[in-house]
Amino acid sequence: MNKLNHLLVVIVLLAIGVMMSIAVLEMPEFADPDAPIHRHVAPRYMAMSYQETGVPNMVTAILADYRGYDTLGELTVIFAGGVAVLSILGGKRKK
Amino acid sequence: MNPVVIRTVTRILVPFIQLFGFYIIVHGPVSPGGGFQGGVVVGASMILLALAYGAHEAESKVSHHVRIAMDSLGSLAYAGIGLLGIAAGGLFLQYNIIPLPLPPARVNGIMIFLIGVAIGVHIMALVLSLFLHTTEETEKDD
Repeated sequence: MNKLNHLLVVIVLLAIGVMMSIAVLEMPEFADPDAPIHRHVAPRYMAMSYQETGVPNMVTAILADYRGYDTLGELTVIFAGGVAVLSILGGKRKK
Repeated sequence: MNPVVIRTVTRILVPFIQLFGFYIIVHGPVSPGGGFQGGVVVGASMILLALAYGAHEAESKVSHHVRIAMDSLGSLAYAGIGLLGIAAGGLFLQYNIIPLPLPPARVNGIMIFLIGVAIGVHIMALVLSLFLHTTEETEKDD
């Protein structure tokens, strides 16, 4: 019974490992300019971000403008984490 | 152990660290950096102060209530700037429609700058809060 479980775990892990290896082999070459990630929205950002957002720093333009919802969610997650820590550990500070 | 070296170095360094942190926040739109990074630098300067002079020193500089206010105001300012877009008749987080007497791209840049400042205020208070509240136990043993 126990040995059967171990065998099952080994088979599942091997299957996942093989799938991962195939996926990694299918990935584009490192720094390949024709990779899908460089052909989707990146050229638009590089060409238009200054005219569209008025910010010279492309990273800030993407972070605060094109992906504004994402950054707001990020800030909310950090805020929730901080509030959780304060509510667990912060009660004793009042003396 | 005599902490005079640590305290002297801290006293000299902390203003420069904070200045650098504010520089990173304010220059977020034009150079590498931004609210998150600069906020962490400013928060780390206060942690250095707490390490050298004790947690009550940092607590007396930026009290618990001030930190909570900074945390909440940072988040609220971001969402509020997003809501300004709706108030002006556009979409949530659409900055360039906000009616200021400037070209839309300039308004957009100013709003992105304000968002960076809001993030920085939020993060610097949060980093210090996390440090002070997790070190509270050891402080009591003294």
